[in-house]
Amino acid sequence: MKRKSPSKSPSKAASVSRRAFSAGLGAVGFTAGIAPFNIVRAQGAALKVGVLLPRSGFQAGIGQDCQRGVDIAAGILKDMGMPSLQFMNADTETNVDVARSRAEKLIGEGAQVLMGAFDSGQSSAIAQVAEQKGIPYVINIAAAPPITEQGYKFVFRNFPTAGMILGGAFTAQKEIFAAVGSAPKTAVFMHVNDTFGTSMAGGIGAVMPKFDMPYKIVETIAYDPAARDLAVEISKAKATGADALVMVSRLNDAILLTREMVKQRWSPMAIMSMGPGWYEDQYLKTLGKLADGPLSFVPWYDPNKPLSKTLEEALAKSNPGVSLNTNHVYTFEALLIAADAYKRAGSADPKALADAIRATNITNNVSPGPGIQFDAKGQNDKLKISGIQNRGGKLLTVAPKEAANAKAEWPLTPYDKRA
Amino acid sequence: MPFDVYLNVAVGGLLTGLVYGLMALGLSVIFGVVRVVNFAHGEMMTIAMYIAIVLFSALHLDPLIMLVPISAVLFCFGYALQAGIINPFITRPEHSQFLLLVAIAIIIINVLLIIFGPDAQSVQTSYSYDSFQIGKLIVDATKLYAAAAALAVAVALYGFFQFTAIGTAIRACADNYTGALVVGLDVKHLYALTFGLGAACVGAAGVMLVLIVDVTPSLGPAYTLLAFVIVITGGLGSMPGALLGGVLIGLTEAMAGLIFTPSAKSMFAFAILVLVLLFRPQGIMGKKAA
Repeated sequence: MKRKSPSKSPSKAASVSRRAFSAGLGAVGFTAGIAPFNIVRAQGAALKVGVLLPRSGFQAGIGQDCQRGVDIAAGILKDMGMPSLQFMNADTETNVDVARSRAEKLIGEGAQVLMGAFDSGQSSAIAQVAEQKGIPYVINIAAAPPITEQGYKFVFRNFPTAGMILGGAFTAQKEIFAAVGSAPKTAVFMHVNDTFGTSMAGGIGAVMPKFDMPYKIVETIAYDPAARDLAVEISKAKATGADALVMVSRLNDAILLTREMVKQRWSPMAIMSMGPGWYEDQYLKTLGKLADGPLSFVPWYDPNKPLSKTLEEALAKSNPGVSLNTNHVYTFEALLIAADAYKRAGSADPKALADAIRATNITNNVSPGPGIQFDAKGQNDKLKISGIQNRGGKLLTVAPKEAANAKAEWPLTPYDKRA
Repeated sequence: MPFDVYLNVAVGGLLTGLVYGLMALGLSVIFGVVRVVNFAHGEMMTIAMYIAIVLFSALHLDPLIMLVPISAVLFCFGYALQAGIINPFITRPEHSQFLLLVAIAIIIINVLLIIFGPDAQSVQTSYSYDSFQIGKLIVDATKLYAAAAALAVAVALYGFFQFTAIGTAIRACADNYTGALVVGLDVKHLYALTFGLGAACVGAAGVMLVLIVDVTPSLGPAYTLLAFVIVITGGLGSMPGALLGGVLIGLTEAMAGLIFTPSAKSMFAFAILVLVLLFRPQGIMGKKAA
């Protein structure tokens, strides 16, 4: 068979016939005509959420716990009539630089919103990337105040700042002291020397005098959150002879510190934590009876809100034996914020999403307080702090009174008196 | 601050330092003979730690009882690693050896991560929370057992190198590679044996450290760095130097944490390293290069 050579009529190939022009015009018209339907289709597509968490490194335990909040979110959000979310997971490796590069990678791969990253240092790095690239970033957990003080337009935080945590913690502590009729006179303050720990340490000096607390801080001990041995730290704390131990820690160090207190035979009147670690599921499971007693003053959840019960049930189904905690609640709420904004914005356009997040007003939520709204800086400034105590492997709310389901056990049962 | 606080902290630092010393001893032995710097040292230790955890959780076998079997497993691992993978690199440039061992380290970390996940794991023995009180001195029982075992292993290793024919042959390889070949020693086998012994040492240290610290797959690099600081301080290739370096770093970290601030513990350990490099570059007990 003889093949027709295209070179035979070159002028034909280069020219546009009247018929072809009309067909092209028709195609353009058709495309323009269905453009509104494209927008409708975009609403149906899942929002790509880059989930940044410390899944390895010394914060891995908490990162994995936050992931449980992600795992239960999809089903609950669907039941709430929210649009679907497509999760793009990334591991920050408990490292600020890795957090930054993973955020860049997720955006490069098409993430339309970022969420995470539990740690203030890592969250600060991600916030810089999100702002630079113009992609909305919803922080689940991070308390360092500067993150929402930079004038960022794409960064939102549904978690209290260090100052808010301290103010709420001191109020709740005074309520407990009044209820039990006893208070420590002195305390030793131990804190991790990362971004969160140093923010809290700075905040204590500024906030504590305003609350006229019955105890004074006799010694402040900063330590490395990745420390493998905290014997020296506890020796130093014990030597002060302080009545109470005030803590700002992480998970692994909380376990190490408790072990050292047992070994060095030191039981203060109270352990009052103003950070993570002491209420984590891994802390309770690893230490058993020795985990009982510490009080944690943290952003918690309102057990009386209907959505809290939904979350508790979902977590009990997916992770039997794991109690609902801060990590699950605030990770879930960050995703709720993203889904709610996507629903209202009707588009995954970054600017439209950021504007929708800024206008958030969610009253059907989990955390204590009136709900989720953001101020001009992108901070939810209406969050409340709860006082919780570990008892028999459970976490009981002991303050504030209106949200409490138990009275605080006081003082701490000495470690050598436990079965 | 009362004197007993200093005493308690110093004893704790000394005991931890002995275990650090044993870990570094393995690195020193390998470098002293094979002349390969083991950048996967800490990672090899985490393998031993995870074996101890698995045996404890599955069969309730106390890590101290499993010290010898786990060290034997690490010996085999080290022997196979040297004979199969590292040996072809012995004559290659140092950067090739460096890349190979860093690659091995990364592989170990990620395999452990895949198998065990990122969560910290620990061994809870019946004596995990025990301590001995002698007057005002409180000694952590696990640290005491671990330090005693570290000393015993170090003495056994010293005896092996000094009083056995294989030990003498290994020392001959270290002293004069060509001479060892000339007299007919199987250098390849002896190198693998030495690497195995170094791995067994770090394995023993890992089994003891699992009583003191929680294990994660990412624990290795920090201990590799610590081992380097210790052997450089004590003297590369010197066995007593490694133990002395371990004790010195353990004590320095503890006392610096008490007297200054715990945040600065590592800073003081590195300060010791800098001082040694400035004033005695061969290390405290190292031999000056000819």
